[in-house]
Amino acid sequence: MVTAKELASRPERFYPGHRACSGCGFPQAIRFVLKAARNPVVVSVATGCLEVTSTAYPYTAWNCSFIHSAFENTAATMSGIVGAYEGLKRFKGDDNRQLDFIAFGGDGGSYDIGFQALSGAMERGHDFLYVCYDNGSYANTGVQRSGATPRGAHTTTTPAGDRSHGKPQFRKDLTGIIAAHNIPYVAQSAISHWRDVVTKAEKGLAVKGPAFLNIMAPCRLTWGTPPEETIDVTRHAVESCFWPLYEVEDGNWVLNFRPKKKRSFIDWLRRQRRFSHLFRKEKENVNLLQELEDEVENRWKRLLERCQEPH
Amino acid sequence: MTSDTVKNTNEAPVQQEKPAASYSALSGNEAVAQAMRQIEPVVVAAYPITPQTDIVQNFSAFVADGLVRTEFILVESEHSAMSAVVGAAASGVRAMTATASNGLALMYEVLHITSGLRLPVVMPVVARALSAPINIHCDHSDFFGVRDAGWIQLMSEDAQEAYDNTLQAVLIAEDPDVLLPVMVGLDGFVTSHSIENVALLKDGVVKDFLGKHRPHTNLLDPENPVTVGPLALQDSYFEFKRQQAEGLRSAARVIDEVAARFEGISGRQYRRIETFNTDDAEAIIITCGSTAGTARYALQRLRQKGLKVGLIKVRCITPFPAHEVRQAVAGARSVAVLDRSMETVTEGGPLFVSVAAALAASGGKPPIMRSYIYGLGGRDIHLSHLDEVYRSLLDTSTDRQPADVSPQVEFLGTH
Repeated sequence: MVTAKELASRPERFYPGHRACSGCGFPQAIRFVLKAARNPVVVSVATGCLEVTSTAYPYTAWNCSFIHSAFENTAATMSGIVGAYEGLKRFKGDDNRQLDFIAFGGDGGSYDIGFQALSGAMERGHDFLYVCYDNGSYANTGVQRSGATPRGAHTTTTPAGDRSHGKPQFRKDLTGIIAAHNIPYVAQSAISHWRDVVTKAEKGLAVKGPAFLNIMAPCRLTWGTPPEETIDVTRHAVESCFWPLYEVEDGNWVLNFRPKKKRSFIDWLRRQRRFSHLFRKEKENVNLLQELEDEVENRWKRLLERCQEPH
Repeated sequence: MTSDTVKNTNEAPVQQEKPAASYSALSGNEAVAQAMRQIEPVVVAAYPITPQTDIVQNFSAFVADGLVRTEFILVESEHSAMSAVVGAAASGVRAMTATASNGLALMYEVLHITSGLRLPVVMPVVARALSAPINIHCDHSDFFGVRDAGWIQLMSEDAQEAYDNTLQAVLIAEDPDVLLPVMVGLDGFVTSHSIENVALLKDGVVKDFLGKHRPHTNLLDPENPVTVGPLALQDSYFEFKRQQAEGLRSAARVIDEVAARFEGISGRQYRRIETFNTDDAEAIIITCGSTAGTARYALQRLRQKGLKVGLIKVRCITPFPAHEVRQAVAGARSVAVLDRSMETVTEGGPLFVSVAAALAASGGKPPIMRSYIYGLGGRDIHLSHLDEVYRSLLDTSTDRQPADVSPQVEFLGTH
């Protein structure tokens, strides 16, 4: 287990001075993952907040090789980079230096528009780590719904209104879908648990073949939370079992964190402005709130079964 | 290529021997695959689509037999094919793909990224009609539909040219004054699936011709980390694009320089346009691709009857050789441009519009111009169609003012 002190001594590859919002979740995710890399890193990033806030020409926050191509193709772009690396080994003999390859995408670039390229790259087996920083919306374009947006959340394309309770559908389980690709390493983590992020990124980089890491990293504009609460609202998501921390290593499901005492999922909703419409007339929405809670509970139970944990 | 009785106004030197080559019976796709084998890119990423599929299959066999060391990435779409090629090219290696039709359309976004990042990628495009209705046969709607994507575009008449253009494209793309991707067009089925006698250069000759790739960007060099593909806003985007335009402008010169070097190893001469009997021609047809061969035969027969007809075959579609076309057309009374695609059809086909723009910039009295659309979705074009066009041009009254002629688009061979 890495210590904070040791982590601080490792090279910084994502520099301060980027233009992410105060209280934004993804800079922590990016820094933790990059700190896990022990070799020089090549990064590919999907279009999104991460890219636009870190590369405004002529500035860059990246102290490593970096490419941004488009929104939906970061996994495909990385396929070509890893392909060049592998191909050069054959052309030049085995004298290549060791490099770590990491592709980053938000939930829009991973769950939705980039899903095909992600699935294709995982199936083909390229040796790189794909990291999704999941904030549950298309934040870069001004908070529209994504496949990762939770049911009931207000977004600018699923606004709460007289006939709307926010997003009507439950969220897609991308981590589970990628696990079904039977790749060497799949994990879910959250920026509130930095050691968990670093450990999982290290594991993902160490395996031969593709690895996938889904990190909850809130957007406070999407979630409607004060900047100083970003870490705690993430921890609350984990401790209410909305966002469990687990990993799938060679098909073996392992639960990494089980709260001694579950925090209230309803309270987690209550502290975010995107769910505030559900509590304005709370009694009218009691059934909906129950459905939301039941879904979290059902998904948690299914995960416990997969991890062979007692209920 | 040029038949005996047709005078090539380019005055190609007669070659006594074809050095360093051997002849093989190959389809256009097989010839292109052979070129790719000889280029031996470090990365090829491709997705099969009719009528390009043979290229992917042939290359797969080269990989399977260990004839190339290429990392062959069999992606899940053309969008990912071009994306992977972008990643590989930005990693400082030669990278290729090939596609057709809807596959090229699916790549559209990434085509602009490839040229915008100044990545010297080479891509054969086996020209095919676009959906809908779905149709797998030849026309140029795909190829001409992406003229504005910032790529250099060469169009091939036959399998030999497809092979030769693919090899030359590597050096054109990688020239430091250009640094732009190159698309090499060949006609779906007509060229891609017809077997011809193709002169293949020896592997070593090609290797020496292409030399070592000297990339300007290398993501795999951690000592020199670079941010590729940044956000560029109102204060810098325009300058990136201005420089890109300069690359495309330089391409005209570089295409000719590479052709001269290629002539040295192959004996085959290439220009951005090829002209036949244009010097004294009253009526000229301008076209590209395999139809140039049919048009040349029609021209030959009409010349034997004493009719003053000429032909311009456009090899370099982008950047458009406006100056060369102007010169070749000077003196002609009437010009027909034959397009095999649908874009801008109300004002004439895309090649017509390019020619019209070129001639509008000339000082003298421009010729009467006609736009013909032909061969969409693989419809055959016959000698009788070309005779019809030539005769129609020759019948055009000399006293008719071009300004009076509203651009009327004719369709050849429709029911």
